[in-house]
Amino acid sequence: MLVALWGASLLVFVVLNVLPGSPAQVILGTQATPQSVRQLTIQLGLNKSLVRQYLDWIGGLVHGDLGVSYISHLSIGSQIAQALSVTGPLVLFALVIGLAIGLPLGFAGALRNGRFSGSLIGGLSQIGMAVPSVVAGLILIIVLTVKLHVFPTSGFPGWSDPLQALRALVLPAFSLGLVEGAILSRYVRASILEQLRSDYLRTARSKGLRVGQALRRHGFRNAAIPLVTVLGLELASLVVGAIVVENVFALPGLGLLLLDSVNNRDLITVQDTAMLVAGTVLVLNLLVDLSYRLLDPRLKGSS
Amino acid sequence: MSLLEVRNLNVSSGALSLVGDVNFEVDAGERVGLIGESGSGKSLTALAIMGLLGEGLSASGEVRFDNEDLLAASERRRCELRGSRIAMIFQEPMSALNPTRRIGDQVGETLRIHQNFSRRASEKAAIELLARVEFAEPERYARMYPHELSGGQRQRAMIASAISCDPEVILADEPTTALDVTVQRRVLDLLDRLVDEEGCALLLIAHDLAVVSEVCDRVVTMYGGHVVESGSVAQIIDEPHHPYTKALLATSRALSVTESASGADLPSIPGTVPSAGQFPRGCPFRDRCDRSVEACVEMPPTLTEDTRTLACWNPVERVERVSDGAR
Repeated sequence: MLVALWGASLLVFVVLNVLPGSPAQVILGTQATPQSVRQLTIQLGLNKSLVRQYLDWIGGLVHGDLGVSYISHLSIGSQIAQALSVTGPLVLFALVIGLAIGLPLGFAGALRNGRFSGSLIGGLSQIGMAVPSVVAGLILIIVLTVKLHVFPTSGFPGWSDPLQALRALVLPAFSLGLVEGAILSRYVRASILEQLRSDYLRTARSKGLRVGQALRRHGFRNAAIPLVTVLGLELASLVVGAIVVENVFALPGLGLLLLDSVNNRDLITVQDTAMLVAGTVLVLNLLVDLSYRLLDPRLKGSS
Repeated sequence: MSLLEVRNLNVSSGALSLVGDVNFEVDAGERVGLIGESGSGKSLTALAIMGLLGEGLSASGEVRFDNEDLLAASERRRCELRGSRIAMIFQEPMSALNPTRRIGDQVGETLRIHQNFSRRASEKAAIELLARVEFAEPERYARMYPHELSGGQRQRAMIASAISCDPEVILADEPTTALDVTVQRRVLDLLDRLVDEEGCALLLIAHDLAVVSEVCDRVVTMYGGHVVESGSVAQIIDEPHHPYTKALLATSRALSVTESASGADLPSIPGTVPSAGQFPRGCPFRDRCDRSVEACVEMPPTLTEDTRTLACWNPVERVERVSDGAR
């Protein structure tokens, strides 16, 4: 995992430093003299060799020092923390909504397989998957805020008023969670169907359990094994999706920070944010692997 | 009146008939063998008796257990009977056990369902049951997961689970087919002994006549979803009337060492079992049968003669009597 993280850092660094555009030039504007640009370049440490810059950056990361923004001169650490206080709850909220949609729909789809209502659920989830969360967000904005004035359109009031803050997160979380829920429902359906057709569920029924009881006692844990993988991937895609959706709803989260920094050639902030996302995805994958051990006794003792 | 009576049982998938007009009965304490090649409808018959047919399959006719028609009974009533009075052992002990739950837990589960055993009591009972099916260290095995056991051990655990509530009849669907030849004997002997001790009835599904002849009192031969012949083990083994039973018997006998040592080709039944819906009209066996006659294009009626039944237009024995036993 550390190797993967190191690889990610190298990739992020190289790609961003290969891109044209000098941060100093952007900061000082087009009117700046070449001399002042050079001076700022030295001040920012951008005249050093790339290897040196890379080592400085990585060295800082290892010690928990994310550096200082070229543009705002604020600590990037505190900026990212600020952004996470929006993106974190947004992703969790979206996950909860995704689960709340995906689990019951998936179950209903599996138990009503072959009947009209089952096909209807399948069709709905197909539509849900096809609609990108940006479009879903825009539709939600038009219907619920512009027409019905139920929710604020955009912006974030901060956590000083938790209720207002949650209200501001409802729509973005929904537009993210709908799509994830639709995808999840298909996996849940497939997984539960597989359980319903399994031999051991038939054995459980031969002992006198009803279908529902047999599924609860014998199917859930086995069904959870593939679903955990999907959930890990979904969380990762939620983090990425949040970056897009935050821009639609003008939420001051990680996504906005990332895009602003890209526009400003604030390379070090972009690097840090990208590393954070990469790190999160890797940690999620690790958690998925660890949860297999808990769920599946066949993996115990093997490494 | 028998303990288990199967009357005109039909199993179909939509318009496709898979099992047609199956009739047989199992008396209390009796052991009946159900034989035939794979695809003859034996397993479907057993699953229909249990009420555990898969998706898209439906059963009609009557399955009377203790004079109660199971096919007409509610699912609730069927659940009360399953496991407690009718138990089943499946062919694949690996997939039939839940991979994520411990053996002791699964063996004791039936007692928790039907006799309100507490978790602790059922675990204790499971250990005793495992000891009865010859586990040397039942406490240790009770804590294991199915993947830690061998095929024979898994099937013994399944048997332990099946006998836990003292059922009146056990349906065993090819319980030794998936096992190594070396452990088949042990599992079979165990099943034989336990059925004896419990005094319960047994419906043993097998494609090996030798297995059935050792364990059972009576034999029912199925082919193409129909019962083609039935009778006592002695009657069927000594003088099979249906050409299909006779052919099965020949292949089964050839497997004994003494006869195969003769160097002759192993006898086999020509052709293969067609897939469902591909059987010929009339007698399902007629295109593989070396005795088929014109009448065979129509399904022969099932004739009952004392203790045996037969559905064949040109049975073995009668013709042999005429044609001086040239065969």
